[in-house]
Amino acid sequence: MKMIKNLISNKQNNSLKKNMITYGIVIVFYIVMMILQGTDSLPNLIQGALVPLCIYVILAVSLNLTVGILGELSLGHAGFMCIGAFTSAFFSMYFINVIPNDLVRLLIGIVIAIVFTAFFGALIGVPVLRLNGDYLAIVTLAFGEIIKNLVNVLYIGKDANGLHFSIKDSTSLNLLEDGQLIINGAQGITGIPKTATFTIGIIAVLLTLFIVLNLINSRTGRAIMAIRDNRIAAESIGIPITKYKLLAFTISASLAGMAGALYANNLATLSATQKNFGYNMSIMILVFVVLGGIGNIRGSIISAVVLYLIPELLRELGDFRMLIYSLVLIIMMIFSWSPKAIEFRKKYSLKRFLESKKSKREDA
Amino acid sequence: MAILEVIDLGISFGGLRAVDNFNIKIEKGQLYGLIGPNGAGKTTIFNMLTGVYKPSEGKILLDGNNITGKTTVNINQAGIARTFQNIRLFKKLTVIDNVKVGLHESFPYSTLEGILRLPKYFAMEKAMNERAMELLRVFDLDLEANTLASNLPYGKQRKLEIARALATNPKLLLLDEPAAGMNPNETQELMKTIRFVRDQFDMTILLIEHDMKLVAGICEKLTVINFGQVLVSGDTTAVLNDQSVITAYLGE
Repeated sequence: MKMIKNLISNKQNNSLKKNMITYGIVIVFYIVMMILQGTDSLPNLIQGALVPLCIYVILAVSLNLTVGILGELSLGHAGFMCIGAFTSAFFSMYFINVIPNDLVRLLIGIVIAIVFTAFFGALIGVPVLRLNGDYLAIVTLAFGEIIKNLVNVLYIGKDANGLHFSIKDSTSLNLLEDGQLIINGAQGITGIPKTATFTIGIIAVLLTLFIVLNLINSRTGRAIMAIRDNRIAAESIGIPITKYKLLAFTISASLAGMAGALYANNLATLSATQKNFGYNMSIMILVFVVLGGIGNIRGSIISAVVLYLIPELLRELGDFRMLIYSLVLIIMMIFSWSPKAIEFRKKYSLKRFLESKKSKREDA
Repeated sequence: MAILEVIDLGISFGGLRAVDNFNIKIEKGQLYGLIGPNGAGKTTIFNMLTGVYKPSEGKILLDGNNITGKTTVNINQAGIARTFQNIRLFKKLTVIDNVKVGLHESFPYSTLEGILRLPKYFAMEKAMNERAMELLRVFDLDLEANTLASNLPYGKQRKLEIARALATNPKLLLLDEPAAGMNPNETQELMKTIRFVRDQFDMTILLIEHDMKLVAGICEKLTVINFGQVLVSGDTTAVLNDQSVITAYLGE
């Protein structure tokens, strides 16, 4: 009886311990970066990469919720990021004079971006989640592109009469003299105040981890993973499939929206291009998730950091950096998935090393 | 009052009449066997009982309530749980988590309470763990609680599937070929387990089986179907000695 109780509490402690290590890695990284920044020893290149780093970590972790935990391949993650980015940038521009405090404006913008993206996530999720496998992947890819292209023809301006919308061009908005053009079609939004900071980025990362990790270790998370492992069996024991699929997809989308909000407030000019919100981006996030280990949250963080920083650091090498990048991809693939590498990792893991030291000490 | 009463159930797939005029009546606490040659329509009947297929005609009454045409989820909540011919466990979840998914409805708390780790989360998780361990102990799986379900040996996977089905607190348990792929020793043990489940949980069980030893050993009543129609129904010994049943299995 006692042993059984120990078994259960051991398991819960284990997942708790694992989560604590994950939070710890993020916090230690933050402290180290802040110290380096404080002592002026951080290269400019890295300094500029800190906020994007947070954004990519959030994107990778949130996509892992769809791909690894729900088990559906989504190729439209950048689309949700796009919605979040434009929502919060629009908010920042619209209320730039109303809310003078940068931090307050940014935070409200992020919250609105999350809500708005969640709404679109649910809206797109309803038709998309009726499919599965390759079909779902293709349709999410299409929705990602649709979002990006719709944003590209969107014109919104404001004047004394209120808001004006158009999907034709900026002149058909019929703005008054003193009117202000906020979203200018393919040129996007210009003059966004740069309010996102590394600290806010890290808080957003921690928030993402808190939501995703706690979700996984709860009743809802188990139901989602049950659907992933065997849909028919999950249904047969009374798990409402659609509800939980939609829930996971919506949470994943809304977190991508949060990443988008940070992205928008870290730039002066925001426009939807192939590079930032197209399928290139969706695939890049998916690469982070796959190489970090599908369903492995800590892996997603590490692979997002490594794979984002390498091309940034190798900028001087010009075209050669993609050569090195691809080599790193192959090495990471081998390291995280080959049976030999897994065996090697188990044999020489830090945990084992510490344990063997401990037992030696006890022997002596 | 019968727990399960099926009246004139039938289904067609295109021009194929898979099940026709199927009637069955199961009393509370009975161990009922559904047998028949391959392709007779046994699993199709299970799939209609659990809402995977919608019957073309007929009625299914569970404890007096009409559950015909309801969804699988609603039928499970009404009180029918099942296992599968080819085992369907949640392979990447641990043994205890498999059972806890079965307890999903019995220990509810909202997603938000789960994410924010409110007191209800801890209370419900604790109760859930205790209940899951109780169930696992019944099936001798308690020491493997934290193993991945896919790492269990075959016989134990079968048991875990039954434990998971029982976790949903059903009135009627459907077992689809529980002895498939088991050796004689494992089958013996399974027979003990099924009888034990019936007595311990006060359960009504309907099972499909090809292993005649198991059927003769534990079922009290049998229904034999052939080509989608009921051949004979009645007490086990009488049915197994019926000439038409022997003909259906062995030929003229």
